[in-house]
Amino acid sequence: MFRSHVLVCGGTGCTSSGSARIITAFERELASAGLEKEIKVIKTGCFGLCALGPIVVVYPEGAFYSQVKPEDVPEIVEEHLLKGRIVKRLLYSETVQEDTVKSLGETQFYKKQMRVALKNCGVIDPENINEYIAYDGYMALGKALTEMTPEQVVQCILDSGLRGRGGGGFPTGRKWAFAAAQPKGIKYVCCNADEGDPGAFMDRSVLEGDPHVVLEAMAIAGYAIGAQQGYIYVRAEYPIAVKRLQVAIGQARELGLLGQNILGTGFNFDIDIRLGAGAFVCGEETALMTSIEGRRGEPRPRPPFPAVKGLFGKPTILNNVETYANVPQIILKGPEWFSSIGTEKSKGTKVFALGGKIHNTGLVEVPMGTTLREIVEEIGGGIPNGKKFKAAQTGGPSGGCIPAQYLDIPVDYDNLIEIGSMMGSGGLIVMDEDTCMVDIAKFFLEFTVDESCGKCTPCRIGTKRLYELLDKITKGKATMEDLDKLETLCYHIKENALCGLGQTAPNPVLSTLKYFRDEYIAHIVEKRCPAGVCKSLLTIQILPDKCKGCTLCARNCPTGAITGKVKEAHVIDPEKCVKCGVCIEKCRFGAIVKK
Amino acid sequence: MKSLAELQALREQMKGRVGIRHDDDSSIRVVVGMATCGIAAGARPVLAAFTEEVAKRGLSNVAVGQTGCIGICQYEPVVEVFEPGKEKVTYVKVTPGMVPAIVSQHLVNGTPVTEYTIGASGAQG
Repeated sequence: MFRSHVLVCGGTGCTSSGSARIITAFERELASAGLEKEIKVIKTGCFGLCALGPIVVVYPEGAFYSQVKPEDVPEIVEEHLLKGRIVKRLLYSETVQEDTVKSLGETQFYKKQMRVALKNCGVIDPENINEYIAYDGYMALGKALTEMTPEQVVQCILDSGLRGRGGGGFPTGRKWAFAAAQPKGIKYVCCNADEGDPGAFMDRSVLEGDPHVVLEAMAIAGYAIGAQQGYIYVRAEYPIAVKRLQVAIGQARELGLLGQNILGTGFNFDIDIRLGAGAFVCGEETALMTSIEGRRGEPRPRPPFPAVKGLFGKPTILNNVETYANVPQIILKGPEWFSSIGTEKSKGTKVFALGGKIHNTGLVEVPMGTTLREIVEEIGGGIPNGKKFKAAQTGGPSGGCIPAQYLDIPVDYDNLIEIGSMMGSGGLIVMDEDTCMVDIAKFFLEFTVDESCGKCTPCRIGTKRLYELLDKITKGKATMEDLDKLETLCYHIKENALCGLGQTAPNPVLSTLKYFRDEYIAHIVEKRCPAGVCKSLLTIQILPDKCKGCTLCARNCPTGAITGKVKEAHVIDPEKCVKCGVCIEKCRFGAIVKK
Repeated sequence: MKSLAELQALREQMKGRVGIRHDDDSSIRVVVGMATCGIAAGARPVLAAFTEEVAKRGLSNVAVGQTGCIGICQYEPVVEVFEPGKEKVTYVKVTPGMVPAIVSQHLVNGTPVTEYTIGASGAQG
């Protein structure tokens, strides 16, 4: 029995900032202090506050240490774990109090959050099924198998109002009902873990922090529709997630929670993993299933819908990781509990991956209907360096930008679509006044051009042409006719592309055109980039009255574009200048400016 | 695992092992003095005994922790028990042998074991 638990974050963010070395250091220091039988070190999933990683939490005190380095570990062991004195200098600054620590739930970052899908992330050891069971794991499966009929399970999910968390927001219960209504025979349950939006890591964090929740929910889905086999389609770029899923499936089989005759009820269900090679289009349901079948991942027209004719031509349900993460708690706590959270048409919570120009980069989960302002300013801690909020991008390459005037709308599926964006899978990228909206649209189009599978013409050629037009605008070579062409082409692609990827690819352009048309016009007419991002439209100049002639800029210029005598004002040769901005960083007198 | 009952039994057993991971103000805190003086007087086995005894009885509302020097070194090992809404109770010269009695009488039944407290030893708390 251990008197103290040391939880070290083993999520992707903290792993990349060195949490594995911290675990090794703890194990070494605890052994040398003779504490290894009293203190347990546990590698958990993501705590959410990735900006402050690596994170270490010590219970029973609940001390939240942030940005811990391996060199700090001996001090924590000696002071905190042996002598019981919390090491204040390493605490997350918001939790420091006079004689004890403030609990995490009271901090700005966590106060407005509500953890349903992320309930166990950062709490349990994801590689230990017993810890999942201690937090009511597999109880929902037990309840479904022993107390409910498959029809009741489907009804429960329908009543809860749960909608797909992967982007579209289709009611999950309806999907299940369609598949359940198909004639008996071979059916499949699939999990879409092919998270591909730039900047999104919600599903990854659930898989890394709580893999069993997905297995349990898939087994429940299997019982509900009459399937015996499940597949998790996860990208190979998520090595930690894949490994933990493999461990979890092994442990569940060993305990008989997957396999034949589960819990003595005669229900059989097993799950296998299929690795994706990282194609964005494979997040589209028909392409994903084609890829599981071992063929090239390309979408096909619907109908027939997967619930009728899906994987290997059999009725199939496909849900996203976060959707599944909600299911066991809906079964245990009831649909009324779930539908009491959120807004009228969007129930429950949503996980967002907060990124971009924001203080608290990380993973947050809030009830549907929380305003963007609460997410950005309160939970996210606002924008660094006193800059102003310009827009938030949701929905990745399929979504759009939300400008400052909509900061106070409640975030749910329908409101976001109404203002020209979408929920998407939950990436939320915050942009400040230094972001050029044309450049952002170009960035996302570059992504879709790369990721278009090439099967249909509107997407394959249309996105390429969109990209070229945007490139022309950012280089100052476009005309106002080009802007009209750009808009027309957007609608053509939207209406004619085969799958969701192509149909939504123009969204980043359309939404920036809607709210930031003046920036497009500034690029075209005035040949000027208002945010100072587009290099072709910039010139870098030295202000003669501020330049002291220290020669520092000239010595650091990689292209030798700066000339001048010592103690005299220098000049930049625009022919040679590549606008890298090194001189601006180096100048100590603020004498060099972008125009 | 052959039945839901087996799963439930496993859950109950595992619950005790993760019980300390809660931020809960309603729990009873047992704090053992673990400064140099406490460790020299034998506080480590006392701390271990508390952890084990609490776990054995599955007391999920009790948190066992340690603290620095309380200031009465001659009475070490010193153990303080904080119950919400009640005055703290200080046990002195605690040995592992005294722990089961403190856990069963005080932590479970709510009656401090007065003969082990600082009042009974004749000092002024």
